[in-house]
Amino acid sequence: MSDSHELANLPDEAVTTDLYADPGLPEHHWRPTDVDPKLEKRAERQVALMFTLSAVCTVLMIVCYFAIGRDDAIGSFGAQNMTLGLCLAGALLFIGMGVIQWARKLMADQEIIEMRHPAASSEADREATVAALNAGIEESGIGRRPLVRNSLLGAVGLLGVPAIVMLRDLGPTPNQVVKEDPYPGAGISHTIWSDGMRVVRDVVGTPIRPSDLEVGDLVNAEPEGLFNGGPDGEPLEGVALQVGKAKGAVVVVRMQPDEIIPGPGRENWSVDGILCYSKICTHVGCPISLYERTTHHLLCPCHQSTFDLADSARVVFGPAARPLPQLPLKVDSDGYLVAQSDFNEPVGPSFWERG
Amino acid sequence: MRLLNRSAGRLSRHRRGPLAGLVVLLLGLLLTGGLYAAFSPAQADQTGSSADQVAQGRRLFLVSCSFCHGQNGEGVRSQDGDHQLGPSLIGVGAAAVDFQVGTGRMPMTQPGAQVPDKPNVFSDQEVAALAAYVATLGPGPAIPTKSDYSLEGMSETQKQDAIARGGQIFLTNCTACHNFEGSGGAMPRGGYAPKIRGVDPKHIYEALLTGPQNMPNFTNGNLTPDEKRDVIAYLGSLNEMKEYGGFGLGGLGPVSEGLAAWLVGIGLCLAFAVWIAAHTTRSTKKKVDA
Amino acid sequence: MDTTKVANSNGRTPATASKPGRAAAVAGWADERLGLATAMKKNLRKVFPDHWSFMLGEIALWSFVVLLLTGVFLTLWFTPSMGEVRYNGTYEQLKGIQMSEAYASSLKLSFDVRGGLLMRQMHHWAAMLFIAAMMVHLLRVWFTGAFRKPRELNWVIGCLLLLLGTLEGFTGYSLPDDLLSGTGVRAADGFIKATPVVGTYLSFFLFGGEFPGDAIIPRLYTIHVLLIPGLLLALIAAHMLLLVYHKHTQWPGPGRTEKNVVGFPMLPVYAAKAGGFFFVVFGVTALMGALLSINPVWKFGPYDPSKVTAGSQPDWYMGWPDGALRIMPGIETHIWGVTISWNVMLPILVLPMLMFTILLLLPFIDAWITGDKREHHLLERPRNAPTRTAIMVALMTMYGLFWAAGGNDIIAIRLHASINQITYFLRAAVFIGPVLAFVITRRWCISLQRKDNETLLHGYETGVIMRSPEGGYTERHLPLPVDRAYTLAARDRDPVVADEDPGTGRLAGLRSRLRTLMYSDNVQKPTAAELDAGHHDSDHEHELQESLDGHSADGHQHDGRHLVSDENLRGH
Repeated sequence: MSDSHELANLPDEAVTTDLYADPGLPEHHWRPTDVDPKLEKRAERQVALMFTLSAVCTVLMIVCYFAIGRDDAIGSFGAQNMTLGLCLAGALLFIGMGVIQWARKLMADQEIIEMRHPAASSEADREATVAALNAGIEESGIGRRPLVRNSLLGAVGLLGVPAIVMLRDLGPTPNQVVKEDPYPGAGISHTIWSDGMRVVRDVVGTPIRPSDLEVGDLVNAEPEGLFNGGPDGEPLEGVALQVGKAKGAVVVVRMQPDEIIPGPGRENWSVDGILCYSKICTHVGCPISLYERTTHHLLCPCHQSTFDLADSARVVFGPAARPLPQLPLKVDSDGYLVAQSDFNEPVGPSFWERG
Repeated sequence: MRLLNRSAGRLSRHRRGPLAGLVVLLLGLLLTGGLYAAFSPAQADQTGSSADQVAQGRRLFLVSCSFCHGQNGEGVRSQDGDHQLGPSLIGVGAAAVDFQVGTGRMPMTQPGAQVPDKPNVFSDQEVAALAAYVATLGPGPAIPTKSDYSLEGMSETQKQDAIARGGQIFLTNCTACHNFEGSGGAMPRGGYAPKIRGVDPKHIYEALLTGPQNMPNFTNGNLTPDEKRDVIAYLGSLNEMKEYGGFGLGGLGPVSEGLAAWLVGIGLCLAFAVWIAAHTTRSTKKKVDA
Repeated sequence: MDTTKVANSNGRTPATASKPGRAAAVAGWADERLGLATAMKKNLRKVFPDHWSFMLGEIALWSFVVLLLTGVFLTLWFTPSMGEVRYNGTYEQLKGIQMSEAYASSLKLSFDVRGGLLMRQMHHWAAMLFIAAMMVHLLRVWFTGAFRKPRELNWVIGCLLLLLGTLEGFTGYSLPDDLLSGTGVRAADGFIKATPVVGTYLSFFLFGGEFPGDAIIPRLYTIHVLLIPGLLLALIAAHMLLLVYHKHTQWPGPGRTEKNVVGFPMLPVYAAKAGGFFFVVFGVTALMGALLSINPVWKFGPYDPSKVTAGSQPDWYMGWPDGALRIMPGIETHIWGVTISWNVMLPILVLPMLMFTILLLLPFIDAWITGDKREHHLLERPRNAPTRTAIMVALMTMYGLFWAAGGNDIIAIRLHASINQITYFLRAAVFIGPVLAFVITRRWCISLQRKDNETLLHGYETGVIMRSPEGGYTERHLPLPVDRAYTLAARDRDPVVADEDPGTGRLAGLRSRLRTLMYSDNVQKPTAAELDAGHHDSDHEHELQESLDGHSADGHQHDGRHLVSDENLRGH
């Protein structure tokens, strides 16, 4: 940017000066610290004091680091975080305030002017650049050699493809997962549930008899396969466990049998008023267990979709579009609640291929 | 000759006063009653519901509860018969009454979506009486004893294990409504799951057992008494725990944190920015070139 | 009074530094290899105008630096792995519980690394501050018209920074793999699955299989510490470079023109103020990290797909799409064997992309409507561009209502309201609210313009009430000091759209109508003739008073050079 650039590209000054002439920069008034050496010294001491306080805080922080343990407390608060943090805050804030006070009180504060330049380059620069570009392009001959140019573009463009193709192994496709079946119930349309699998209480893994439950009970339950689905009957672990839970978690509720409106073909899916539904919301997949006992509504805490568990879990409020899948129940020979089969539809959020 | 002297060998009838019979009767009653009280077997219900207590409970019930719950606790239906105004209390058990009345929820002073807890209007003894009365209406859950929900008598390791397991059960069954810290959460149509921190462990146990208002039940077939005890222990550990990071902002999660970031964070930084760029004091004195 | 020690070098000539010998030797050594003196010659005393609203972008810049510093600390202990471990650290409530290594290392940072919890909290508070500051800065730039030519590209860069910052925050708070953020990742999986055609493939590729898999945390980690910070650094550098090249805008005022910059030099004043502000922002973050608990991951427990907490929200900056998701009715189409989830797609995929695109294009839309091809370096007061101000207020209202919807359950329990009613209300409010806000804001700006004009024409109200011989009361007005008057009058006049030829082209008609809307009802500053007439009216007013207050009404107050402080207002 040379000093002799044109200022003509800048907007017409007339808009700002058509009513009043520019009075120019206001007269500069001195600050008390500029004209009174006592005040100046005082300001200096103020600034130096702040820097000193900052140093004190820093030292204090290091002392606290070694002296205060995790179990120390200030009232009901943990002492370690609070003391370290307050000391650090003091150390930083005092430097900041000191520097700012220095600028405000002691550094020269007369406003100065700098001239702008138009954002565009000068005409001469533009012409020179265009000339250089043209010379370069001309010498390369790319304009005159379409075969070279086009084949280069093709080759470079094609190079983009490996970058995408090499991301293929980020993960299996949904179909691959079903085929490879790395764990029980693999695939987006299936869960680990199967005919005769017991419904067990979450965390503790104990099976449930119908007589254990009273009207109004809500049990957060899991498929027993999570607790004994490993090769030697041991609990599932790692990815298999997490995926199994993410699709297999259910809620079991008991209500008065005459309150239930069974869905078509679902008359024998309940046992003595005990119903079982998927716990995974059909909106975007949060687990649900907010149960309003008197209305038998189930509310999802994420986006407030509400399902009526007495009516095949149809949606009564909120952004969900589909009812919760229902798990058909029966009682096995030992008297425990078991599933009749897997769910008859995919659980969880909707997806394109769901149909 | 003995036949001719009717008072020979006999106690003189002048030795019995006119009230002697009454005194003996009273003595007999006292003796029988005291022996009974001393030697009668302990009741299964620790509150020891005597007939007196039940009677007192019935009197309190008639005055405070029967308007909504019926004179015999059978509940009250609306005139058209379609709606239940006050539910039946037959079979709810002493635990339900101890919870509802003990936390002040009942008597309900205002109809609405939620029955909030409020200062208790009955004394402990009156609550016990009411509980005793309602327990007679039908068999139901009894008021828990301290041993049901306390970890006393367990070793340190056992306590730690109980608290850890209680935390997992809490996160599975309770946090969906009551929030990760027990700060409460919203339910449909104006209802809410209340804050459960700082609540008497006995009341937590009873709430789990009886499923008050809209809360589902967690009867002993759902959460065993040990599991309930573990959950209560975990909540207790939350109460005793230090706030490691500072003020908890209500324990409500990202909403209050975002508010703090804007109000405190941006507010403080803005305040400093205004200070930095503010006009500083000016003096009317002029500079003298030396 | 000895003032020789006061710096006397501020003026139009560069200061001549007299450096001590050793520094000069070092500087010379560097210059012989790097030739920096040429570049630094002008920039050392570069002028920056001073106003508090110019420091909002600095809050964002410095909080980014804080994020880098605290973030590096955290990476030294954080393990980005979803491998399962049984916890046996010092936090007893989770003893023996199975969890991912990521979560376990977050617990270690919180409890076993001294200062670790502080750094974690500072990092999280700084992230919130970063995005909030960017938003406030964006609003300031818009409301003052600083986005106009030549700074449109800087606006685009800024919008990209906002988007990247939001993504960075989301990936960051998901790293500890706790229950709350894991629920957010679960919801994100639901959003991805709702994408038409490729949804399940995208989901499976991102998670390395079915949700949750064991790949998402390490991948989010790479995105969070490498990819996005790299992009952020590059864009911030470009943003700063453009700012230095274009120089900062300034408010109109005495001595300030479109062709100059008036303020303080970089060295020493601006460097001190900006550097000091860095320490202030750092210190405020430390204060918040010390006193306010944020994201207490130990209370949430490790992520478990069958557990959830009430009050599950994302961090505040993702609150508005979450709110849109909550109030959207449950509409889904099942057709030809496929499912189209409008209820997820529209609020989460379509709406944010649409809003972001509109935000990005706003300067170009504004330029297209106004047809203004001049460079602008003087700022405009919000009231002097009523439609422009109203558009942003309407967008803010829409944003704010969606944001409120995202916290509808917290609002419900705090204000004892029904979440159902709140949802129904907001479904209507997000459409009606912005329209109302637009209308009200525009009218408000126009009234303020009218007030400014009155002040220019008739002077400011002094609060001195006078009574005429006939008994009428008037308030004495005095003319504005010339500095103030000049500042008020230093604004553009709007074009008169009715006199224009709309031109040809497909969009010419639309453009003409939009131009009409842009400028309609705006109150222009007075013409010179109106200004004179206004002053003469005041003269007349003073003539009426002159015999009462013994003061000749010779119009000497209107020459614009007479210090008003010398006026005797009551003539004693």
